[in-house]
Amino acid sequence: MDSALIPKGVKRCPIWQFALWIGANGAVLAWGGFAMLLVYIKGLNQTNMNNAYGFALWIWADLAVIALGGGAFFTGFLRYIVGKDELKSIINYAVLIGFICYSSALMILGFDIGQPLRGWFIFWHANVHSMLTEVAFCLTCYFGVLTIEYIPMVLENRKLDKIPFFHNLSHNMHEIMAVFAATGVFLSFFHQGSLGGVPGVLFGRPFGFREGVLVWPWTFFLFTWSAAAFGPCFTIFITKITETITRKKLVKDNVIDLLAKISGWMIFFYIIAKIIDTVYWASVTAPSKGFTFWDFYSSNPGSAYGIWILIAELGVCGVLPALILITPKLRQTQSFLWLAVFLGVLGVCLNRWVMVLQVLAIPVLPFENWFAYLPSWQEIATTILPVAYGIILISVSYRYLPIFPQERELNPIDEPGTAAEAAEAEAQPGGSGPEPELSPAES
Amino acid sequence: MEKKNAKKFGMVIDLDKCTGCGACMVACYAENNIPFREDDTDKMLSISWMHVYRLNNGKPFPDYEECFLPRPCQHCEGHHGHSPCVSVCPATATDYDMATGIVSQIYPRCFGCRYCMAACPYHVRQFNWWDPIWPDGMEQMLNPGVSVRMRGVVEKCSFCIQRYQAAKDQAFLEGRREIEEDEYQTACTQACPAGAITFGDLNNPEHAVHQLALPDPRHEGRSNNPLAFRLLERLGTNPKIYYLSSREWVRRAGDNYLKAEFKTKAHS
Repeated sequence: MDSALIPKGVKRCPIWQFALWIGANGAVLAWGGFAMLLVYIKGLNQTNMNNAYGFALWIWADLAVIALGGGAFFTGFLRYIVGKDELKSIINYAVLIGFICYSSALMILGFDIGQPLRGWFIFWHANVHSMLTEVAFCLTCYFGVLTIEYIPMVLENRKLDKIPFFHNLSHNMHEIMAVFAATGVFLSFFHQGSLGGVPGVLFGRPFGFREGVLVWPWTFFLFTWSAAAFGPCFTIFITKITETITRKKLVKDNVIDLLAKISGWMIFFYIIAKIIDTVYWASVTAPSKGFTFWDFYSSNPGSAYGIWILIAELGVCGVLPALILITPKLRQTQSFLWLAVFLGVLGVCLNRWVMVLQVLAIPVLPFENWFAYLPSWQEIATTILPVAYGIILISVSYRYLPIFPQERELNPIDEPGTAAEAAEAEAQPGGSGPEPELSPAES
Repeated sequence: MEKKNAKKFGMVIDLDKCTGCGACMVACYAENNIPFREDDTDKMLSISWMHVYRLNNGKPFPDYEECFLPRPCQHCEGHHGHSPCVSVCPATATDYDMATGIVSQIYPRCFGCRYCMAACPYHVRQFNWWDPIWPDGMEQMLNPGVSVRMRGVVEKCSFCIQRYQAAKDQAFLEGRREIEEDEYQTACTQACPAGAITFGDLNNPEHAVHQLALPDPRHEGRSNNPLAFRLLERLGTNPKIYYLSSREWVRRAGDNYLKAEFKTKAHS
């Protein structure tokens, strides 16, 4: 039914199967949408946030998806600025994942504020001293950049590409894509950093507070670094999941291997920096405020904020994936690669969790106790909402757009007529030839 | 920059006198149109600009002791007016006034991101999780000098700034440039039956609040009164609420200390 829209030379599942898949995810999306509507209509009393937990699940989700979406800017940086040519085969997917992550972050921010209709005040009455102001400006600009990077992919749809205007527009956008990639790197450096600055500047919250350089606390640099380090893990992780679901190899091993290696070394050096930061904070910063390291970790068995969380973040989800990814034999073994990227994704999410939730859970006044928080179903549903949205957008993009330029080469179709179709496509202006399609920026 | 002749309004609360009666809280509710709900038992969701903590020394009878600690906004000055909450607000909806030392909140500007709540270690900033619903007829009793807040914005103690404005207006009408000490007093100060709260200009040596707090301007307002302390002074928040207590465990309960330093853990 929709075969005219499907890229040539690739095989897709039957439309009914696709419709079922979209329908199932659409149901989750609708559930999240209903919860979002409740929050918009009834207000933030639909959440389990309170006066101690002004920031909670949503802000964590924001920080986490932005860190995970860091794969887009860092892969772009490696491809266009460092010149790692092999990455052209995964840059499309990295951009798509980044687009989903950033649009999700903006959506969550939209309902996380108490007065959504005043959201524009952050731009109009901007306080230049606030880290959140910088985040808002850079995040919005970078989302614009990601949209510009995603548009050529959409225009490469088989039908759209036949329209000369779209074909030429797409071509011309490719020509200047390196400029946008560089802009994206610049913007990402600042907003990822400013997100780290959000807890880092809170000198009333000794768990989050860090010294730093001029107006930038150390968390500014650590957040940028961790997004660049762990973002590619998420790109690889989602690529691997896509390959598993589609039962196809979509990206060549040398591409994944290169990205995994770079990610591994980035994590390795990040973890060293993070351990130094933690030791300095625990032995100098916190004691100067009257706190010991152990004051920040609950001794209650089974507590969400026990010392286990630090061990998990730095050791299990930091040092371990770094060691796997920097060791060629290990990262080339599929099971270890899966494990490493999964732990990496978990690690950066854990880091964002403690820097949002644990900061607020810890009692600062000596006569207060730990604060507890369990999200409401509305918060959970609206946090799952972007996941369903992401799955749907990836599914639709994968089905109708040439996201993976190596797909045809890696999955040749022997059906009669394919060769003729490919030859016909080659003869048409703007049609895709038998060579693997180039990424939008490569055409 | 602090202006010449700038005021620095602050408060001294004598914890030896406080009985924990809660009159200050009630007066604050009435003066500032603070909303409440039919079931306001969950204190993490309710709003009280003035909150009274109940501390004890953690010892068994007969050594057991209690202390009530009223906590309004600390109106932190931080370093040069960089209080924890003011610098983080992305929409400039809160301000540190160098002329008065008051940290204000601009309700129509606040869009409810709650970053200031995360920044404040005293939990003085509270969120309007619901729209205010007043019992029948109570709208007639609201203070016309204080705007009523809507759902989705943060609010906090303002040192009854409307009273300062009214006192200044009165002085202007009478051809005076300055107001007298007793012309501007907060509602909680006036309501306290034990006279535990003293309010005034910390910069003015003639004001009682200055004489009790003895702030040292060379050390960010640290008190020279051996019986005085400020909450979480070590964080560098530079608050303008001073507490007095003759009991050492109470004074030590105001901040965090390492084991190597003297530490008496207070319990709430």
